[in-house]
Amino acid sequence: MKYMLMFISDDSNWDPTKPETQAAYKRIGEWFEEHTKSGKITGGEELKATTTATTVRQRNGKITVTDGPFAESKESIGGYALVDVKDLDEAVAMAKTWPALSAIEIRPLVTHDDPSARLEP
Amino acid sequence: MAALVRSLGDWDLAEELVQDALVAALEHWPRDGIPENPGAWLMTTARRKGIDRLRREARYRDKLAQLQEEPMIEATAHGDERLELIFACCHPALPRESQIALTLRSVVGLTTAEIARAFVTPEATIAQRLVRAKRKIAEAGIPMRVPTADELPDRLAEILGVLYLMFNEGYIASASPERRDLAEDARWLAGLIVRLMPDEPEAIGLLALMTLQLARAAARFSPDGRLILLEDQDRSRWDARAIAEGIALVERAGRMRRAGPYQVQAAIAACHAEARSWAETDWTQIVMLYEGLTRMTGSSVVRLNHAIALAHVAGAARALAEIDEMSDELDRYHLYHATRAAFLRELDRADEARDADRRALALTDNPAERALLLERIGA
Repeated sequence: MKYMLMFISDDSNWDPTKPETQAAYKRIGEWFEEHTKSGKITGGEELKATTTATTVRQRNGKITVTDGPFAESKESIGGYALVDVKDLDEAVAMAKTWPALSAIEIRPLVTHDDPSARLEP
Repeated sequence: MAALVRSLGDWDLAEELVQDALVAALEHWPRDGIPENPGAWLMTTARRKGIDRLRREARYRDKLAQLQEEPMIEATAHGDERLELIFACCHPALPRESQIALTLRSVVGLTTAEIARAFVTPEATIAQRLVRAKRKIAEAGIPMRVPTADELPDRLAEILGVLYLMFNEGYIASASPERRDLAEDARWLAGLIVRLMPDEPEAIGLLALMTLQLARAAARFSPDGRLILLEDQDRSRWDARAIAEGIALVERAGRMRRAGPYQVQAAIAACHAEARSWAETDWTQIVMLYEGLTRMTGSSVVRLNHAIALAHVAGAARALAEIDEMSDELDRYHLYHATRAAFLRELDRADEARDADRRALALTDNPAERALLLERIGA
């Protein structure tokens, strides 16, 4: 099954000049490399800080463009990995080895060959 | 049923097929006699009915191949499949209330109506809870298998947590006879886990704890439905056979030399069960057990219980000093103040005791507890 692992953290703590941040980058790089080699990761990127975010919203037929992330929160999505694994347990096991301090939301992807995705609610 | 769920990945369909197979059994068995292996007969019938139905329903076309390819699972493999089913029902990715409802539905076999009655919840709510949980299992890819060795401790703890919650739900509410006794269901499930995973001491500990608590069930309520505290229970009404069974389980778990909170709680329950009267209770042993439990759990409520046991061994003054250390953490907990009041009263500090009881009264809505506190305050 395909999942997206979304890495959620407080990006105000993320200072690339700090040695511990650089060490974390190194471990994250190794994590991606290891799981890409084993064929579990099919894609993934790091996102720039929420201070760079722009939100486009459609409401009542009107489109507004505003500064900032979609939700006002200390935590935000700092990056993601797309994985293709056997089941949720395998995705959870991968998330448990993520080497940085963050919450990880795991969401299955809708794939159009999956009959459950088309079931009526 | 677990085997069908696994091969189809569809809970509702598997449930319907099992129902169909049971109906077929009711038609065939009286006429043709009960087959040699009823389990295998049902499985074969359910599968055949599944194939019939899948042929009719285009929606499951791709699953048809899956069902036909898979070898027939022997009925003797039944045990493992139930275990896999329990692990799926109690998966940490499901909300706690769904874990309980799904386990009762799929493993114990209760109907939605029975579960609703047990939780005094509308049937529609339970039905929706079950639908959502089954959908999440299918869509999020929650697997139907026993977790790997490194994940097993956490996942087993999750199951035991679900069962203990189910047990308490039944045990606390068992005064009302029209409610289904979830405590018995939980004990049956704990017994099933112990049979399927015989080398897990905490599972045995939980089964022991439930067995020992249920052994006292007949003495816990007065004829008019009031709760009778352990101290005042008629011990001749305790179930001696169940107590012996519970104690044997505590000993069996103990021999595995991997202590855990359920085993310790069971050992405490065993101390109470073995005592012929409240006065003859082995408080020294209980104090030691609570010390161990405090170390394992770090829980302030456990420490409070430790202090209560300590009062019997070392006196109320020592116990009071111990609980006063926890005043910050437990200030919002009514039993903290009620316990403090009891110690103060024993030390002839009546005014302070009354203040503590008033504080407890302000923190609880439970009518039985309120009645007791009001009586103590003398209001």
